[in-house]
Order: sequence, then structure tokens, then C-alpha cells
Amino acid sequence: MSESTAAPAATEPRHGVRIVVIWAVLAIIADVLIWTVWRPHLPPGRMSVEAQGQQYDIAVMAMLCAPVLLFIWTYFAYALINWRQREGDEEDGPPIHGNTKVQATWITVTAVIVLSLFVFGTVELIVPAGAGAGEGPSPIWNPSGITTADAQAVSPPAWTPGGKNPLVVQAIGQQWAWTYRFPQFGGMETTTLQLPINTEVVLHVTSLDVIHSFWSYELGVKADANPGVDNIAFFKPQAMGSFSVRCNELCGIWHGAMFNYGHVVSQAAFQTWASGVQAKEQADGLLSDLPAYALTYDPTVIPQLGKDIVKVAGITGANGYYYPGPQAGTPGDPVSP
Amino acid sequence: MSVPVRVVTLLVAFAAVVVGAVFIVAHYVVGSPPTVDYTSAASGGQVNVVLQEDPQNNSSSKPDWVSYYVMKPGANPMQASSWVHTTLLKVPANTQVNMTIYGYDGCTPPRNNFWTQVQGTMGGTVTVQQFKNPGKPLGPVVTTPTINGWAHCAVGHTFAIPSMHVFVPVGSPNASASLCGSSPCVSGPYTLEKFSFRTTNAGEFRWQCFVPCGGGFLDGNGGPMATLGYMTGQITVVG
Repeated sequence: MSESTAAPAATEPRHGVRIVVIWAVLAIIADVLIWTVWRPHLPPGRMSVEAQGQQYDIAVMAMLCAPVLLFIWTYFAYALINWRQREGDEEDGPPIHGNTKVQATWITVTAVIVLSLFVFGTVELIVPAGAGAGEGPSPIWNPSGITTADAQAVSPPAWTPGGKNPLVVQAIGQQWAWTYRFPQFGGMETTTLQLPINTEVVLHVTSLDVIHSFWSYELGVKADANPGVDNIAFFKPQAMGSFSVRCNELCGIWHGAMFNYGHVVSQAAFQTWASGVQAKEQADGLLSDLPAYALTYDPTVIPQLGKDIVKVAGITGANGYYYPGPQAGTPGDPVSP
Repeated sequence: MSVPVRVVTLLVAFAAVVVGAVFIVAHYVVGSPPTVDYTSAASGGQVNVVLQEDPQNNSSSKPDWVSYYVMKPGANPMQASSWVHTTLLKVPANTQVNMTIYGYDGCTPPRNNFWTQVQGTMGGTVTVQQFKNPGKPLGPVVTTPTINGWAHCAVGHTFAIPSMHVFVPVGSPNASASLCGSSPCVSGPYTLEKFSFRTTNAGEFRWQCFVPCGGGFLDGNGGPMATLGYMTGQITVVG
């Protein structure tokens, strides 16, 4: 007759249910707080439709991540409190064996999360026509009413306040500044960027020298500027105010200083500003001095020059090679009336 | 090898590394061109700053680099000793800065002809006059909002302070004449250019040339274009 010395097993609480309940309560609270309190303050703000879309994406991602994070924290906290080694307890813990149900649940849940993120991310990239990112010279995702051919047009139809045509802006990067050309305003060029509110903008980004990257944080727009490449991005400003434009590609000694500020203004104010700049550049003769608006520029070609370089004796800079300068008093001399 | 020899060798090697590191830090990191201080030269809310840009320089280990020079306040621009090989300036805040630039370098077209437009100066213009030699004008004084660097090939470099929204093309002399070959230039053909702008708040402002004139460097923007003391610099606005 054998004698059992083991004490009767105490009834174990249902730890799994407890953990899930605690986690579910915390996750719901966290997601409600993220959506109602945090989301309005998440970057990059709501200055453009694309920026608002990115803010929505970040909020959704945060709401997905919070339950995962909280589950880990909840489990660890629960384990530390309930399964810690108590004083005098010298007994080994129970051996761990595989658990098919847990493993299957883990694989299923993580697979669903990852695949959902893939679908969500793809939809959020395609539906807002690239979500403010550069799509290259032949964009395949276009805003409603704009075809790829429209976006690539060198002579886009005129933009007018309240009209349906998008505004076309070209951002030109060069060491170390951004300039902007407006083909619908005679190809005028500026160092500051003004944009009309509630207008679809077709942004063409290119470079005259090394690789730069147009990045406007507030507008949610980012597109690399490669020499000889037209990189097209779409966005629609929806709130007036200031925004920054920075270079986001290390491009030389003054890369850190390659930024300026732009403004989203009313459509009427933009029309006034753009027409004013165009008129001044017309009057100054600059418009005729600029090359015709093009999607890219070859910086090694200066067709207006039409002159051969000459060797200047005794000069070491540039190996002594210069273009012949103006003759005072002759046609084309800039310093004679 | 005996222990004393090993110790001495180790110490010598260590000292060599330390000296080398100190030299690199002092020469390349800490070392910078001198600053010409114009703050004490200001009077009546204005200050006169004088620069020249040359096709080369005789003042550095890079003689084939184009370079700006800054004149000492109130000095004679036709004396070589008046010029400092630097691009670091100090001017007072809330002051009208009257700039004079002697453009001794020949025509080098800007990559973007937009930079031939004058921006950010008082009146939006510059006054330009070409000279065959000091005291020998080649043409009249002209006030203009642009100096065409392509069709007329009349721009040597630019002077730009992007954060102050000042962009000024600097005219070039007739390059078919004999350009100044010894810097700082006090003879030879040049273009004399004048303009004014206002400083506002105190701070550090970079300035640069937008003509890719670093011959032999990637896209022309390396070498002198990317080196303080040559074609880029800083203006310290003192409050």
C-alpha cells in the first residue's frame, strides 16, 4: 500500500483569461486615447491632404502597435507578480513543452497583422496618388482628373483661381538652394515658394548638379531631385500658413543650410503674387534670359552663349579658360545703356 | 629588444600620434581664415564693405583656386596690403551695408541663369561699371536689375546670402583682355559693382557664389566653392 505524501493541488486561476481581460481593457483605453487625444497632434499635421493622410496612417499604425506592446507589458507584469519565486520556494518550475495551440495562434495573429499592414500600406499609397512622394517621370497613380500625360505636359493649361486645372510647380535643386519655376506664369522663377490653398499641385523635382531631395515636412511631400530626371509628386494644400522646404540628401558643405520657407495663401493672393513676379521678371528681362521651361535641364549646355571659350594667358584659375566677355558699347554689353 | 628601448619606442610612437592628431585638428578643424571686423567702421546706421573676386590667388597653397578677398575697413583698394584673404566678415545688425565688389575674374556662366537677377538689394538693382584698368572706365555706370550671364556672358561669380534673400550677380570684365594674374588684384581689367542691403537680426549667415567655378571639381562646386576663405564664407551680424 503506497502512501501519498503530495498535498492536494490548489485550484489554479485561469491566468490566460485574466491576462487577456487586463490586456483588452488597456488596449481599448490606449487606442481611444491615441485616436482622440494624440492623433490631432501627430506629425506631419494637416496642412495638405497628403499630410493629413500620413497623419491618419501614423495614427492607425500607433493603434495597431499599442495592443501588441501592451500585451507584452501586461504578460510580463502579470508574470512578475504572480509567478515570481517566493521566499523559501526551492522548487523548479514546470518543464516547458511545445504548445500547438499557442504556436498556431501566434503565427496566425502575426501573419494577419503583417498582411493587413501590407494591404493597408498599399491602399494608402495608391489611393492618394503616391501620398506626396515622388513617383518618377511617369507617375502611375494620379489624382482624379489628371492623367500621366497631363502631369508630363511641358505646356500645361493655365491655372486660374477657382478653376479645375492643377498648378504646376518645378522645384530645382542646386548647391545650395532651391528655386521654383511656374510654367503657367511664363516660366517665371523664384527663390520662395507660394502655393494656393485647395489646389491640386503637380510638383516636378529635378537637380542641376548633384542629388538633392525636396522635403516639405508640413506639406507631407518628399521627392528626390536627381540631375536629368523629372520626379513628379502630387499634393493639395488645404490650410494656409508657413511651411519649410529642406534638402533631405547630403549634398555638400552647405547641405544643412539648404532650406527656405514657403506659404500657402488664398487662391486670389497667389494669383496676385505670381502675376506680380512674372511681370517684374518680364520687365527686368529675366524671363527672356531664362531657358525655356523644360522637365529637366542639361547644365553643361548653355545654348544662348554661342561662343567658344578662350585661353587667357597668365591665369591659373579654371586653367585660364574663359568665355569671351562683353565688349563695352557693343550690342549685348550689359553695362552700357 | 630591451625593455628601455621598447618603452622609448612606444612613447615616441604615442607622441607622434598625438602630435599628428593635434595638427589635423588645428589645421583642418579649428583652423579658419581670419575675420574682418566692420562693426567699428559703421557710422550713421551704415557700413561700407569692400570685396574683390580674383581668377586665382597668391595667398594659399591652392593658387589655382578662384577666390574672394575682403578689404580692411577704410583701406585703399588699389594697394595689395589692404586686402585680406578671407571670406569671414563681421557687420552690425540693423544696418545698411553698402557693398562694393571688384570683379577681376572673367566670364563664367552660371549653371542657372536665374542667378543673374539681382534680388534682395535696396531698390532691387546694382550699379555696374567696367574698367580697363584702375581709373580707366570702359563704359558708363549702369544701374540694372539683371546682368545676363549667358547671352552677354557678363557674370564672373555671384554674391549671395540666401538666408537674407540677397542674390547678386557680380559682373566680369572683358575676358579677352589680360586678366589680373597676381592677387590680391590692384591692376588689370575689372568690373566695379555697388549695391546695398540691410541687416536685421544678429546671427551667423552663410554666403556663397552660385556660379560653379571650382574648375576640376565635381560639378564645379567643390574646391574653392566649398571652402571658407575662397568662394564661400560667413557673415556674422552682431547685435
